[in-house]
Amino acid sequence: MTTTLRSGADAGVARPVPAVRRRRRDDRRVASLFIAPVLVGFVVFYLYPSIRGLWWSFTDYSLLGEPEFIGLQNYTEVMQDGEFWNSMGVTLYYVVSNVVVQTALALMLAALMHRLTRSVVLRTTLLIPWLVPNVTVGLIWLWLLDTNLGFVNHVITAVGLPAVGFFTNPAFSIPTISVVNVWAFTGYTALLFYAGMLQIPHDVYESASLDGANEFRLFFGITLPLLRPIMALVLVVSLIGSFQIFDTVAVTTRGGPVNATRVIYYYIYQQAFNYFNMGYAAAMAILLVVILGVLTAVQLRLLRASESQLS
Amino acid sequence: MSLTSQTSPAPVALSAPTEAPPVRRGRRPFSAGRLIGWIVLVAALVLTIFPFYWMLKTALTPAVDVIRDSGSLFPGNPTLVNFARVLGFLSPEEDRAAGGSGASINFLLYLWNSIVYCTLIGCFQTLFCAMGGYAFARLRFPGRHLLFSVFIAALMVPGIFTLLPNFVLVRDLGLLDNLIGMVAPSLLMTPFALFFLRQFFLSIPVDVEEAALLDGAGKARVFWRIALPMSRGPLITIGLITVVWAWKDFLWPLLIGRDESVRTMTVGLGVYLQQSPNTQPDWTGLMAGSTLSVIPVLILLVFLGRRIVESLNFTGIK
Repeated sequence: MTTTLRSGADAGVARPVPAVRRRRRDDRRVASLFIAPVLVGFVVFYLYPSIRGLWWSFTDYSLLGEPEFIGLQNYTEVMQDGEFWNSMGVTLYYVVSNVVVQTALALMLAALMHRLTRSVVLRTTLLIPWLVPNVTVGLIWLWLLDTNLGFVNHVITAVGLPAVGFFTNPAFSIPTISVVNVWAFTGYTALLFYAGMLQIPHDVYESASLDGANEFRLFFGITLPLLRPIMALVLVVSLIGSFQIFDTVAVTTRGGPVNATRVIYYYIYQQAFNYFNMGYAAAMAILLVVILGVLTAVQLRLLRASESQLS
Repeated sequence: MSLTSQTSPAPVALSAPTEAPPVRRGRRPFSAGRLIGWIVLVAALVLTIFPFYWMLKTALTPAVDVIRDSGSLFPGNPTLVNFARVLGFLSPEEDRAAGGSGASINFLLYLWNSIVYCTLIGCFQTLFCAMGGYAFARLRFPGRHLLFSVFIAALMVPGIFTLLPNFVLVRDLGLLDNLIGMVAPSLLMTPFALFFLRQFFLSIPVDVEEAALLDGAGKARVFWRIALPMSRGPLITIGLITVVWAWKDFLWPLLIGRDESVRTMTVGLGVYLQQSPNTQPDWTGLMAGSTLSVIPVLILLVFLGRRIVESLNFTGIK
């Protein structure tokens, strides 16, 4: 249906209606006016900085003075930089734990809503954590999980266990941040899945239940396979989003304890604005672009595979 | 694809009461599975709300009671003094007496800065992207497909990559600690808003616009008088999403707007946490500040919650 609408729209402009065609010449003038603001915004704040960032990655640039060309030196240094690999490892640990748990929980919530209720109040409430700034989310959980005074540790000590240093113990800090962001983003992800589930024709479920399929069969036999295209898209977005985690870390642990939570965004930030190695930071940013590009490409291929399988 | 698949304006969508309630039809008999399902949903609801309750409870607790009350579900002596001190209503002496550091904190100003920041970005970006999106969807001009794909490629670039050079650009322009420098990169466009609105304009039928063209109206006039008013729903939706994103912004305003005069809520909260003098942060003040950053979101939800929730399926993917 969408495709017909879209091609209809295109054809509408192109259709050789004389009056429209005569105006076509004018389009160039109107269009340039309409496009001017976005074009300026794009060139000044997207294109120009991209080129500049690429250039810096081949230079030694300390934010003062002029960038000095040093060839591939930044890249070779990054490759040998243990701290870079550490931060990539930390990021990957976070991304995987966050995305897996979040996707599973969101799927479950979405399926339950889909089968049980259409409540807008429920959905709106589940969305609140996503609408709140990550800084606020970080602060709230920093307080809830505080080692001495946090509510969660009151509960833990009440049942006789020792208090847990959620943010201060290197072994727990990344899982903790991961859980915090699961809390923040699961509702949003669930609503995306839920919207996808609503597009599945209802009679598929009815005929299946008439055949005696129970809810689990319905979920694994109908919902999950038919949701795959949307799942792939949501996964791409979650993955790319998770790679860019910064706010929560910046508020709760600032990369600590002993770099246990220094994710790649935070490391780039430190190199650029604490140590003023702009060229080095730019080189790492470029590597991040490449990694994310590859990941997206792989995932979109998977998505295409799943689509063809469906149709 | 799924971006355009549900372009009907929000009010028509999903939860209109006329829609057949898929499950409830002929109420099923009670089953243990359904009960467990409901228990999980209610648990999710409680888990979602409880941290906010705890934030509010702490914000209402006098600073002297924070340790004593840290395990109890209700504030022993509820008070609004924490809000008064983070809003800057107290003198430094009063502030210290109430458990603050006496340092000036002015969340009233930060709140105002955030509102200005979000409003500017929300309004201008939506307007400009509507114009641009309309041009890409409806107008013919050389190179439009190429240009559009270049714009869309920018969707893939992680923020930090352009953030570093943009910081230097704003610095070189002398716009650090300046509201203009803070809003500049998002004021004119984001690839997402442009993409979203172009897809929207592509999906609505051209008949009305065509009729107006045949009547001799110019393309620009058709846009302002017909296309734009017809698109109120999606424009509000994308505007809201833009405002919410701007409200959540942290890293950029942290870099550009450190100065108190332009500090936003998120930056204010971050700086306040860092400035906490003791090993034990000023939790009551921080939670009062956090509450202030949540309230506008709740107000937005009360008035526009349904629209936001229902827009999620066709904004689809982020």
